[in-house]
Amino acid sequence: MLRLARLNPMENLKILSLNALSKRFGSVVANDAVDLDLHRGEVLALLGENGAGKTTLMNMLFGHYLPDSGSIDVLKDGVMTPLQLGHPQAALAAGIGMVHQHFTLALNLTTFDNVVLGSEPLFSWRRDRAGARAKLQGIMKQSGLEAPLDVPVGQLSVGERQRVEILKALYRDARILVLDEPTAVLTPQEADTLFENVATMTKNGLAVIFISHKLREVLAFSNRIAVLRHGQKVGEIATKDADERVIARMMVGADTPITPRENMAPGAPILTLKDINVRGRSKRDGLSDASFSVHSHEILGVAGVSGNGQSALAGLVSGLIRPDSGTLSVDGNEISRPDPLAMINVGVGRIPEDRHHDGIVGAMTVAENMVIERLNDTDVQTRGLLNRDSIQASAERLTKEYDVRGPGSDAAARLLSGGNIQKLILARVFDQNPRLILANQPTRGLDMGAAAEVGRRLLEARKRGAGVLLISEDLDEILGLADRIMVIHDGHLSEVTTRDREEIGLSMAGEHA
Amino acid sequence: MDILQILLTDSFWAASLRIATPLIFGVLGALICEKSGVLNLGIEGIFAAGAMAGWMAVWLGAGLWGGLLVAALVGAFFGLIHAILTVPLGLSQHVSGLGVTLFATSVSYFIYRTALPNVSSPPRIEPFQALDIPILSDLPFIGPVLFQQTAMTWLALVMVVLVWYVLSRTALGVAIKAVGDNPDSVDAQGLSVYGLRIGAVMAGSALMALGGAFLTMSAFDAFFFGMVNGRGWVCIALVIFASWRPGKALLGALLFGAFDAFQVRLQTEVGAFVPGQVFLMAPYILSILALVIAARGADYPRALLTPWFKGQR
Repeated sequence: MLRLARLNPMENLKILSLNALSKRFGSVVANDAVDLDLHRGEVLALLGENGAGKTTLMNMLFGHYLPDSGSIDVLKDGVMTPLQLGHPQAALAAGIGMVHQHFTLALNLTTFDNVVLGSEPLFSWRRDRAGARAKLQGIMKQSGLEAPLDVPVGQLSVGERQRVEILKALYRDARILVLDEPTAVLTPQEADTLFENVATMTKNGLAVIFISHKLREVLAFSNRIAVLRHGQKVGEIATKDADERVIARMMVGADTPITPRENMAPGAPILTLKDINVRGRSKRDGLSDASFSVHSHEILGVAGVSGNGQSALAGLVSGLIRPDSGTLSVDGNEISRPDPLAMINVGVGRIPEDRHHDGIVGAMTVAENMVIERLNDTDVQTRGLLNRDSIQASAERLTKEYDVRGPGSDAAARLLSGGNIQKLILARVFDQNPRLILANQPTRGLDMGAAAEVGRRLLEARKRGAGVLLISEDLDEILGLADRIMVIHDGHLSEVTTRDREEIGLSMAGEHA
Repeated sequence: MDILQILLTDSFWAASLRIATPLIFGVLGALICEKSGVLNLGIEGIFAAGAMAGWMAVWLGAGLWGGLLVAALVGAFFGLIHAILTVPLGLSQHVSGLGVTLFATSVSYFIYRTALPNVSSPPRIEPFQALDIPILSDLPFIGPVLFQQTAMTWLALVMVVLVWYVLSRTALGVAIKAVGDNPDSVDAQGLSVYGLRIGAVMAGSALMALGGAFLTMSAFDAFFFGMVNGRGWVCIALVIFASWRPGKALLGALLFGAFDAFQVRLQTEVGAFVPGQVFLMAPYILSILALVIAARGADYPRALLTPWFKGQR
C-alpha cells in the first residue's frame, strides 16, 4: 500500500473550531462538550467506535442537527466568525462540504445535475449550463477527480459516485471537507485513489476531516488523529507519534484481547458446492459455477465488494435460495431440496448479514428469539404448547454465557443495541454446536469489543471441529481469521493463495494479476 | 357505416381530443406531484372542486378566465391540505389522498346545494366556445380536429409543453426530480425538501382543478353531481402508463379519449346486438391492457410514497 508524504501545513492557519458542542437524543448523550480545531491543508482523522458520536458531531458541523449547546467558528475574511447552527445552507456558504456515508445523490439525475443542484436560481427560465460545466471541468482537472458528467448517477460505480459527492462539495467552493467513513464501500485500490485525490486537494489548501474506525488507513493518511469515546473527545495525537496499539487503547479505553489463531489441520469436508449456478437479482449478483468445500477445523473467508454474489451465496447456504443448477452437499449427503429447515437440521448455523431484519423478530422477546430455530425440540414445546419455564431458563443461561445486555430476556428483541442483537444471534447459533457456520458480515457495525467476541467464538467453533464460511467486506477481518481465502467478483469465486492486501484487492476489483 | 371508417372521420378525432382535454390536465398534475415523491389521490375530489368552483365563479360573474383562476386556486388549496398532511407531517399518502377526495367532493356538493337550494334544473353559464381560427379551421380534416377546439384544449396542450420544459430544462425541474428520487440529495445541497414538495403538490393540484373546470366550463355549461365520474382515477393510471413523462402523458390521455370516442360511435353501429355496458367498459379495459403493457419496468420516482423528516438521517 502506498504511503503518502505527510503534509506539514506551512502556515498553521486555524480555519475551524468547534467549541464545547453537546447533543443529546432523549436520554442518550451523543456528544458531550466536544472541542475540535482544524487547520488549513490538514487531514484530521476522527476516530472512534460505533456510537462514539463521530457522525453526530459532523452532522452538527454541517447543520443537519442543531447542537443543544456550544458554538462553531469558521474563518471568514481573516476573522473567526460564528456559524449559524442547524442550517446546511449556512454551512455550505461558509465553505463546509460533507460527503455522507450514505450518499445523498439523486440516481435519476446526471452527475452534472447532481453537482449543480441547489447552486442555481430555482425560478429562472434558463440555466447557465455552459458556465457551470466549465467551472466543474476546471475543478475536475485540478483535483484529479474524474466522473462522467452526462450519465445518470444510478449507472455509476460506487467509487465514481463518491467522487461525484466530493465534486459536489468542491463545486460549492468547500474549504473544509468532511468524509464520513469514505472507504467503507470501496475496494482497497479505490480507497488508495481516494486518498491520493485527498492529498492533491489538501495541497491546494483544502482541510479534510475524515471519520473512520479503520486504524490502518487513519495511520497512513492523516496528519492528526482525534479520538471520540462515548460522545467525549478522549484524546488527540499527531499521527507521526501514534501507532495502532496507542490509538486502539484510546478508542476502547482498554487493551482489546486478541485471540491468537492456532494452526490446525483441516479435517473432512463438511459443506461442498459443486458447479452451482444461481441467477441473482442483477447480472453481477448471482453465482456462476461455484465449486468449493469447507472442511472441519477450517475457516474459509470470502472477500469481495458487496453486490458481487455474496447474498446469493449466503442465501444458498442458509437454504433461502435454491440453485438453478449444481449440487449442494453437507457431510457428503446431497441436499436435494434445500430449504431453511433442511439446512438447520443438517447442522448449519446462520449469522445473517442484516441482523435487525433477518436475524431476529423484533417484536418477540429475547427468550423467544433464542429458541426460534428449534421450535420442535422437546424442551421448547410439548404437543404444540410452549414450555415457558424451560425456554426462560435456557434464555437466562444464554444471556449470561454470551453477555447479552439489555432490558432482560422478557423484553422485545428490537430494544437491544446492534451489538447485543448480534450476541443474541451468536448465542442461538453456537449453543446448538453447529457443524457449519455461515457468518455473513458478522462484525459489520460492531465496535471493537463486540467484533473481537465474534472472532473469538468463530475460532472456538473451528477448534471444536466446525467449518466456518466467513463472508466479509472487511479484508482485515478475513486476513485475521480465515485459513483459506476466496475472492468473489461478478458471481465468480476464485481461491487466492496470497495474503497480500494489494493482490487480493486487485482480484476484488476483477483484475487478475 | 363500416367500423373502421369511424377512425377516418374528423368528428371522431375532434371528439378524442375533446375527451382527452381534462385528462391531460389531470395527468400532468398527478405527474408533477409524483415526480416530487407525493402520490395525490385527492385528484378525484380536486376535479369536482375545480368543476364546481370554476363554474360558480363564472355564474357569479367572474368571467371565464377569472373562473379558471378561481378553480386553480381552489385546487392549490386542497393540494396544500394534502401536502401539509403528507410532507411535513408524513402521514400515509394513500389515506390522506382519499380523505382529500372525499372532503373536496362533499364540500363542493355542499356549497352548490347551499347556494342553490331550490333549483330543479342546474343553472347554465356561457361556456368557452370553439375557437374558429380563420383559414386554418377550413383545412380539410386537420381543421375540424385541431382548429375548432375551445381555448381550454389549447391551454392543455400548452401545459404539456410548459411542464416538459420546466421538468427537463430548468433548475426547478432538476430539483423536483431530485426530491422525488432522494430527498437527502436536496437537503444536503441546501434546498428545502418541504418547500419543493409542497410547491409541487400545490401546482399539480391546481392543474387537476383546471381539468375539473373543463367539464363545467367547456364540455358542458353546468355543474352536476357525479360528473367527474372516475376521470381522476384514470389519470393516476395514465401517469404510470406515461412513465412520468409529459409527452407520453399526452399520448396516454389521447389514447383514452380515442377509446371513449370510439365506443360511443361503435354503440350506434352494433348497439343492437351487444349490451351497452360492454361499450362503457371498453375504454377502461383497453386502458388496463395498455397499462399492463406499458407499466412493465416502469421507472417509479424512487422516493414516491416515502416521507422524509428533517434531522432524521
